[in-house]
Amino acid sequence: MNTATNLPARNTKVMNRFDITSRLVAKLKHEEAVISGIGNTNFDLWAAGHRPQNFYMLGSMGLGFPIALGVALAQPQRRVFGLEGDGSLLMQMGCLSTIATLAPKNLTMIVMDNGIYQITGAQPTPAAAVADIVAIAAASGLSSSAWAADEEDFERLVDQSLRASGPTLIGVRIDDKPGVGATRRDPVQIRERFMLGLGVREAL
Amino acid sequence: MAAAEAPTVSQPSQEKSWHEMALQALKHNDIRLVPYVPDRILTTLIRNIHADPFFTAFPTAREEEAVGIVAGAWMAGMRGAVLMQTSGFATLANVLASLAMPYQIPLIMFVTERGTLGEFNYGQALVCRTMRPVLDSLAMEHHTCTRLDEFEFILDRSIKQAITTQAPVALILSPLLTGGKVFDK
Ligand SMILES: Cc1ncc(C[n+]2csc(CCOP(=O)(O)OP(=O)(O)O)c2C)c(N)n1
Ligand SMILES: [Mg+2]
Repeated sequence: MNTATNLPARNTKVMNRFDITSRLVAKLKHEEAVISGIGNTNFDLWAAGHRPQNFYMLGSMGLGFPIALGVALAQPQRRVFGLEGDGSLLMQMGCLSTIATLAPKNLTMIVMDNGIYQITGAQPTPAAAVADIVAIAAASGLSSSAWAADEEDFERLVDQSLRASGPTLIGVRIDDKPGVGATRRDPVQIRERFMLGLGVREAL
Repeated sequence: MAAAEAPTVSQPSQEKSWHEMALQALKHNDIRLVPYVPDRILTTLIRNIHADPFFTAFPTAREEEAVGIVAGAWMAGMRGAVLMQTSGFATLANVLASLAMPYQIPLIMFVTERGTLGEFNYGQALVCRTMRPVLDSLAMEHHTCTRLDEFEFILDRSIKQAITTQAPVALILSPLLTGGKVFDK
C-alpha cells in the first residue's frame, strides 16, 4: 500500500468544501475540465467562479466520476478533475475499479468527505463511522489515493497528480457546512457551454 | 404473429449476422467508446468489439456508470454506446430522467431483450415489462429490432437521429433477431 493511504482519516484536518474548491480553481491555468457532482460539490464550484470548462451535474447522484472518466478518455491531453461527495461516491463505488483499470493519467478525483448526506438533512452515511474512503479507493486499484492532511497538503497532492502516471484520488475531510452558491439549473446551457469550453462546439 | 413465423433467426449463411451489423453500424458512425455490463447474448459482439482496435470497450460495474461515461465522452467529443440487458435498463430510470434527457445527450443504448418469447425466469419477464413504459413515459425513442433485413436500416438511422437531434435512443434486440436465451437445462 502507498504510504499516503496509511494516513488515518482522523489525523487529517477538517477543511471546508468551498475553500478547497476555491483553492483548486485558483490553480487552473490550462483550461482544465472540472466535473462536479450532485448538490454541494456543484454549488461550491459555481460559487468559486464559473469557468467554461466546468460541468455541473444536477441529478444522477454518483455519476460525477463516471462523467469525468468519459471526459478524460475523450480528451487525453486535457487535465480533468472530478469533485464528489462521500455519499455520492458510496452510491457508485464500482466506478473506482473501472477508473483504476482504464488508468487515465489525466484524471484527478477529489472526494469531499463530511460523513453525511449534508444536503438532505445531514444524516450520517452508512460508511461514516466505519469505512475509510481512501483505503477503499486504494483497494479498488487506485494506488495513488491519499487523504489531504490540510489545505497545503491538498494543494501539494493536486500538483503531484498533474505529474502522476495514473489517476489520483484525494480524500478531503470537510465540515458539515452547506455549499455557498446556487447553480443556475439550466441543463442544456450547462452542457452546451461546457462543450464550448472543451472546444467541441463552436458558438451559434 | 407473422413476425414470429418469418425465418428471421436462421438466415442463409452468406448473410451478415446481427452482431456483425451492430459492430459495423457503430464503426460507420464513429462510435468508439463501448462500456457495457454483459449479457450472454452479447458475448460475440463484445468479443469482436474488444478484438477491434477501433473501439475502446470495457465492462463497468453498473449500467448507470456506463451512461455517465458515454455522456462525459460525448460532451468532450467522443461518441459512445452502452450495451446491456433488459434488467440493466431497469436500473436506469433515474439517470435517463436526470442526466440524458434534460442535458440533451444522444445516449445510444443496445438492450438485449430478456423476459419474453421463451423466458424461463419469471423475474426477468416482470422486469422486461417495466422497460417500454419507462421509455414511453420519458418520450424516448426506442425500436424493437426483430428482423435482420431491417436491422441495418434501423441501427444506422437511429444512431444518426440520436446524434443530430441530441436525444437518447434505445435499440431493443428481440429474441426474434438474436435467438434470445432459452431454458437449456
Ligand atoms: C438516487 C438518489 N438517491 C437519493 C437522492 C437524494 N440526495 C440528493 S443529494 C444527496 C446526498 C449527497 O451526499 P454527498 O454526496 O455526501 O454530498 P453532501 O450533501 O454531503 O455534500 C441525496 C441523498 C438522489 N438525488 N438520488
Ligand atoms: Mg457527504
